[in-house]
Amino acid sequence: MSIKLKALLKSPWVFHLCSGSCNNCDIEILDCITPRYDIERFGMLLVGSVRHADVLLCTGIVNKLGESRVKRIYNQTPKPCLVVAVGNCANSQGVFRGSYACGKPLDQVIPVDIYIPGCPPKPEAIILGVVKLIEKIKGKKK
Amino acid sequence: MSHKVTIPIGPYHSLQEEPEFYQLTVDGETVIDIDVRIGYVHRGIEKLAESMSYHKIIFLVERICGICSTSHPIASVQAIEDAGGIEVPDRALYIRTIVAELERLHSHMLWLGLAGHFLGYNTVWMWAWKYREIVCDLFEAITGSRQSYAMMKVGGVQRDIEDEYIPGLIKGMDDTLRALDMFKGAVLDDPVLGARLKGIGILSKEDALSYSALGPTSRASGVDKDVRRDDPYAAYDRVKWNVITQKEGDVFAKAVIRILEMYESVSIIKQCVQKMPKGSIDSNPKEIPPGEGIGHAEAPRGEVFHYIRSDGTNSPARYKVRAPTYMNFPTFKATVIGETISDATIILAAIDPCYCCTERKMTAVNQKTRKRSFTGDDMIKLSQEKTRRLYKRMTGKELR
Ligand code: SF4
Repeated sequence: MSIKLKALLKSPWVFHLCSGSCNNCDIEILDCITPRYDIERFGMLLVGSVRHADVLLCTGIVNKLGESRVKRIYNQTPKPCLVVAVGNCANSQGVFRGSYACGKPLDQVIPVDIYIPGCPPKPEAIILGVVKLIEKIKGKKK
Repeated sequence: MSHKVTIPIGPYHSLQEEPEFYQLTVDGETVIDIDVRIGYVHRGIEKLAESMSYHKIIFLVERICGICSTSHPIASVQAIEDAGGIEVPDRALYIRTIVAELERLHSHMLWLGLAGHFLGYNTVWMWAWKYREIVCDLFEAITGSRQSYAMMKVGGVQRDIEDEYIPGLIKGMDDTLRALDMFKGAVLDDPVLGARLKGIGILSKEDALSYSALGPTSRASGVDKDVRRDDPYAAYDRVKWNVITQKEGDVFAKAVIRILEMYESVSIIKQCVQKMPKGSIDSNPKEIPPGEGIGHAEAPRGEVFHYIRSDGTNSPARYKVRAPTYMNFPTFKATVIGETISDATIILAAIDPCYCCTERKMTAVNQKTRKRSFTGDDMIKLSQEKTRRLYKRMTGKELR
């Protein structure tokens, strides 16, 4: 594990990227930082700019208009970065599959590290997903 | 010297929800023009609905917007019931009302929290979202999920509210009432918030009417209209409640409307629980004859409107949706222009658009000097600093 990746896992800063979601997943992500779940106590912080981010939480179907922009945002993120697909839309386009507005699924636009299913996933599920991802990367080292 | 700068806002931002793209033209501190471009969350729902059976459409329209995930299905089932001339059992009507009002509670609290954040009162944000969890828990108990409740069904509702959940529901409402009292004190009596919100972003009654503003945005400008009263659906005509209006039309009035509406919602839910008759919850319609139907419902942000045309098959020939933010967007032209940029954030947020303007992917660069002007974070900072200045001037203390 590179030193950069090791530093990232200590306190992952999260950028929330929404492209064509129905807001539910986004609300649940925000719920994670409010008092009930409060992931900030683990050093996870929602940041305002993708240039400060270690983790991209992606929601939504990535429609045709947003596709090139999602790619650009990914390119602007400092590497290494982790990409988490939150919700069925980001995983497989969910109910919107087959619509004329749907572009490619998220994992064909940018590389995805972990998928969190659910429509929307509960905050617990989102936290669990991120924790599993961190464990997986740490496990690689052993 | 006059110096025009264009500030692009969006389309992707960190805090909340849908990407939208705003372009503010400013002269010094003053906003002189605004342009909105949308479409980053376009998912082709209307077309998709035409390829789905009536039963599936309800789940699809539920996913138009996660916050109004009851208003859209209600409008949709009403449109289909209108086309098919379907009767709905009384108990189902009451259950629809309860779920719709719970949704209003959660949506208004969510708005209150985010408005607090934009103003630099993060405590309000955390509080509002903390007490919103009470409502989310009730949703989870009654419908099985915290969001996207999947309660509506053509001809009735999917699930009954079992008797064993009623005490929990009433207790939840009492807890919410206590939280509301706290908000009312903390937000409405706070002199700094008053100074910050009163008199900014005024939407006059004439403008509200000519832009056809809807929901709290119009009611804050003295337009007394509410679909729940004017064309009652579900059980709204069987309970007592008031339509809240304010005259001022500024951001403060919009906050007042939302806080007072939450009290009405609590009272509606309590009455519904008492009056709810026993009986079936579903009339099990078999087919939808050819014809047209419309349905509308008062979502937390205003009227949602659904139209269907049926050709006798099991999916509609045409499906049309109009959401309230679509009508409320253009009012920015009347409210933002002439205000300062530090106020623009909260004015844009005041209509409770399915959210906006928190983070911007681009940076404004002055064309002549190539110097960076404002980014999204700077805008929020400007807004928060203004509150801080006011707080210090009015109380002599630092805001922490
Ligand atoms: S997965 Fe479901 S809840 Fe999440 S954005 Fe998609 S439709 Fe909405």
